[in-house]
Amino acid sequence: MIRLDGVTKTYRTRRGDLVRAVEDVTLHVEENEFVTLVGPSGCGKSTLLKLVAGLTPATHGAIRVRDTAVSEPFPDVGFVFQQPVLLPWRSVLDNVLFSVEMLGQQPRQYRKQAADLLELTGLGGFETKYPRELSGGMQQRVAICRALLPDPSLLLMDEPFGALDAMTREEMSLELLRIWEERRKTILFVTHSIPEAILLADRVVVMTPRPGRIARILEVGLPRPRTIESEFDPRFKAASDEVRGLIFARRVPAR
Amino acid sequence: MISRRLVGDYLVPAATLAGVLVAWEAATHALRVPRFVMPAPSAILAEGWDWRYRFLGHAWVTLYETLGGFALSIVVGVPLAVLIVYSPTLKNALYPLIVLAQSVPKIAIAPVLLLVLGHGEIPKVIVAFLVAFFPVVVDTATGLAATPPELLDLSRSYRASAFKTFLKVRLPMAMPFFFAGAKVAITLSVIGAVVGEFVGSDKGLGYVILSATSYWKTELAFSSMILLSVMAIVLFGAVALVERLVCPWLAPTGEE
Repeated sequence: MIRLDGVTKTYRTRRGDLVRAVEDVTLHVEENEFVTLVGPSGCGKSTLLKLVAGLTPATHGAIRVRDTAVSEPFPDVGFVFQQPVLLPWRSVLDNVLFSVEMLGQQPRQYRKQAADLLELTGLGGFETKYPRELSGGMQQRVAICRALLPDPSLLLMDEPFGALDAMTREEMSLELLRIWEERRKTILFVTHSIPEAILLADRVVVMTPRPGRIARILEVGLPRPRTIESEFDPRFKAASDEVRGLIFARRVPAR
Repeated sequence: MISRRLVGDYLVPAATLAGVLVAWEAATHALRVPRFVMPAPSAILAEGWDWRYRFLGHAWVTLYETLGGFALSIVVGVPLAVLIVYSPTLKNALYPLIVLAQSVPKIAIAPVLLLVLGHGEIPKVIVAFLVAFFPVVVDTATGLAATPPELLDLSRSYRASAFKTFLKVRLPMAMPFFFAGAKVAITLSVIGAVVGEFVGSDKGLGYVILSATSYWKTELAFSSMILLSVMAIVLFGAVALVERLVCPWLAPTGEE
């Protein structure tokens, strides 16, 4: 579904220096596949998501989604960020409807679906609350509902649970898996957390520090549906050791 | 609990004010302070009551100038803020001018303005505007620029137009900032209107204060001052009320 071929992205900073955020990334993601990107801070993981979404053009290389070259944003994408970035003046329900509204649809026709999504994510009964009346985890659920409402086939998630406490984080991971089992989508998920990356993914893409290159792509052989128990599987330990090894081996600068 | 809050929020400040007034009244009598130096509160009140009908006309003029200046500061300030936020070139062009306009002492411009624009209310409206518009521009621009970049990315990924993003995201996001500026602007507007009246006028509370002091009628000057303060407080409260109505999501949630 997504094909990145030799993608490089170079930024010019405010001071005029050129910074290579992503270098020579080749990655093919299948339809309905769950792929996580893991790596140290500043390895261009977020940039990669923006490139796929068409929010920023690649300097070199080709990005294709469903055999169409990506040159500008396309509507079949849902975005979830580290912060929920809800609209504080809108109720929970109206925040979920924001996505279809910005897509130019009639929000009224989506009210039922939005309420169903809130129900699915355990937020039934919170429709009329303001975001600030919700906890961080609940706000992030609203952001996920907002991304899911137009039913995009591609979901881009940029450290969506990064701002949550460890317990909420684990709960949300499992919940995301549950939603994904119910409504299959292609998910590209950026994270700092190695266990999270392995628990969620079909394949884990390990990236190197700046400039971000793909160090290795790991197949996670754990059976689905996954639960908390999956973390006690020896294969889980083996995978996380391998990822950890890849990330920390490169901490010593080569030059 | 409720009665305790009532005592804290209203009774204590009211008692303090009453105490100050009583002490003031007593001091002016005990020390035989001449009434033109420091009149007693009772004398101020009596003079104000005498003037109640004449005050109405003067207060109306000052109110009109204040509201005119305030309205102008919003009508000019908000679009300026939008231009500054959306165009870096315009920002570079306009910002120094706006800061310059803010740095010139308004009291210094007022005589020139009155010279150019003549008498009447319009020059006072302009002075009030000049004093008030800066916080509107700066706060609104800050608010418009405060939209999280993720939200802008989100809008862009949904291919929403820049205008739609402005209307549905940036403008409401800037509202609390705008109101912070507007609350400062309304009180500054009152000052601007009075400054304008000081420089040259035959109407308005500023004029009353000026002429009262030149005739040693300190009681009258004091009662005009109090009326002006009340006006400023009421106007401030009105802006705060509009804020509560426009931004209900900012209101406290109440008991947990």
